[in-house]
Amino acid sequence: MSATDRALAAPPRTMRLPEALLAVLGAAALVLVAFLAPWLKFVLTVALAKGIAVLGILLLLRAGQVSFGHSMFLAVGAYTVAFLAPAVPEALLLLPLGALLAGILGLVIGLFVVRYRDIFFGMLNLALSMVLYSLLEKLYALTKGTDGIRVSGLTFAGITPDRETQEWVMFGLALVLAIGFGLLVRAYLASPMGRALAGIKTRETRLEFMGVSARRVLLFAYVMSAVMGGVGGTLVAMTTRHVTPQLAYWTSSGELVFIAILGGAGSALGPFLGATAFELVRVYAAAAVADAWQMILGGVLLAVILFAPGGLWGMLTSRLKGRGA
Amino acid sequence: MSAAVHGGPQDRGANRPRQATPLLSARGLRLAFGGVKAADGIDLDVMPGEFLAIIGPNGAGKTTFINMSTGYLKPQDGTITYDGQPIIGLSPRAIVRRGIGRSFQLPQLFTEHTVLENAALAIAAHAGIWSPFTPLLRRGYHDQAMALLDRFGLGPVAQSRADALNEGARKLADIAMAVALQPRLVLMDEPTSGVAAAEKMGIVETLVRVLRDTGVTAVFVEHDMDVVARFADRVAVWSQGRIAALGPPQQVLNDPAVLRDVIGIEASPPSGAGH
Repeated sequence: MSATDRALAAPPRTMRLPEALLAVLGAAALVLVAFLAPWLKFVLTVALAKGIAVLGILLLLRAGQVSFGHSMFLAVGAYTVAFLAPAVPEALLLLPLGALLAGILGLVIGLFVVRYRDIFFGMLNLALSMVLYSLLEKLYALTKGTDGIRVSGLTFAGITPDRETQEWVMFGLALVLAIGFGLLVRAYLASPMGRALAGIKTRETRLEFMGVSARRVLLFAYVMSAVMGGVGGTLVAMTTRHVTPQLAYWTSSGELVFIAILGGAGSALGPFLGATAFELVRVYAAAAVADAWQMILGGVLLAVILFAPGGLWGMLTSRLKGRGA
Repeated sequence: MSAAVHGGPQDRGANRPRQATPLLSARGLRLAFGGVKAADGIDLDVMPGEFLAIIGPNGAGKTTFINMSTGYLKPQDGTITYDGQPIIGLSPRAIVRRGIGRSFQLPQLFTEHTVLENAALAIAAHAGIWSPFTPLLRRGYHDQAMALLDRFGLGPVAQSRADALNEGARKLADIAMAVALQPRLVLMDEPTSGVAAAEKMGIVETLVRVLRDTGVTAVFVEHDMDVVARFADRVAVWSQGRIAALGPPQQVLNDPAVLRDVIGIEASPPSGAGH
């Protein structure tokens, strides 16, 4: 029996689930919930916005890296809206501007942090995010410190819709962007660069001996994740209408990592599953036990880590596979 | 040991194949880790098209030579030229792009990828991976990767995850990834270590067939003297960071000093030596 014959005994790759179908069903479910419970539109919009930012965390997780400071890009997107809205109230301009500025900051910071791995990568991101937090908090004349900045007077394609319409517009915008970035990330992860990114996690040495710069591969993913953080931040600012330095605080970054683990890194749908579950648990747990809702969230995360290491996405797919078998 | 030196730096010309210009040429390489001399004046020419085996006890500096030739380690003294150009100080990436591939004692496969993806990624790396939104397994890369794996007899396991392979298949896949980069020279660190004895010869035969077909020059570190006797054009014997002997296998592997000091005093010449 030759080496190759023996290796034939290896289990074949499992079939891919109809991810696209699940995405369509998920989007339809969100729209339905927004119709049936209008007060949840706000919560779902914020969940989608955070989901886009968490997609960025997912990219870094694919490379085996965890950023504990990624909400700094969310804050950059949000403060872009807060600072520029008085001069440029057009939401459709503020969105790409927030993404662009976050991307530029991502490139500058990325050039430095992609030289490091693991705990050093995570802690450097955290340290830099806390620098931004301190600036946002201390430069009161510019940022109004912890009071934050109110966002008002936004227009959408030149129109100022009423409150109800605006909620729908924001929800729709977040949903369309979530689908767009989900597709983009999916295509990227299947591309040579995306597969090389996953290679950083398992065999970075081999990448170098294939003539590929692992740092450049990681930098591209880092900038992409910063852009998605920026987009998430602009959406959060436009939805909540109030921007504070808390967005850049380390606990906000921890929340993004929390959502990524909760949703699972196995699919571009994971971050949205995680973000929706996170926001809904937070809302209902806070209403039910105002003083202990964080304990409930902690319990949920513990349960996921212990019983579903693939996150909600992993749990969902194993259920579906079990049913299909 | 000096009596055992054949074709070493002093009389390299006598054993040099007919081609005049070496593909890889090392002169006076020195590198010490603390008090341990991993390279203590290495002079070696690798001629185009040849299969050069490096043998010697553990700790003799065999892997160090491969690491220095591929940019992973920088010698404290000496020069290495590839195709007439100095390569010391270049990064592994730059050296790979010049045409030197390598495989590893512990295969460096992307363990979460399939074997097909591993091969396709290496092919894409050679072509340029900077296309962020085209699928890796698009037609061209898929077909090229399958053709490469078929040549190595790995076609049937193309869809298996790399960490599900046995050691022999992992070794072949590791070398296939080096060959995917279309190198002119491949440096292989113990391509058969950890492989079951019954499978070893089959794997080496596959390997040599592919490399000969491709016209790749090969340097390989090997502990199995039967493999060396059968497949090497020349053998370099490493001992304490120096080349103790260099020449055709039938000559080197029958040298009493090599047998005593390098292979071990009890060892008898390999069954295939001289053939």
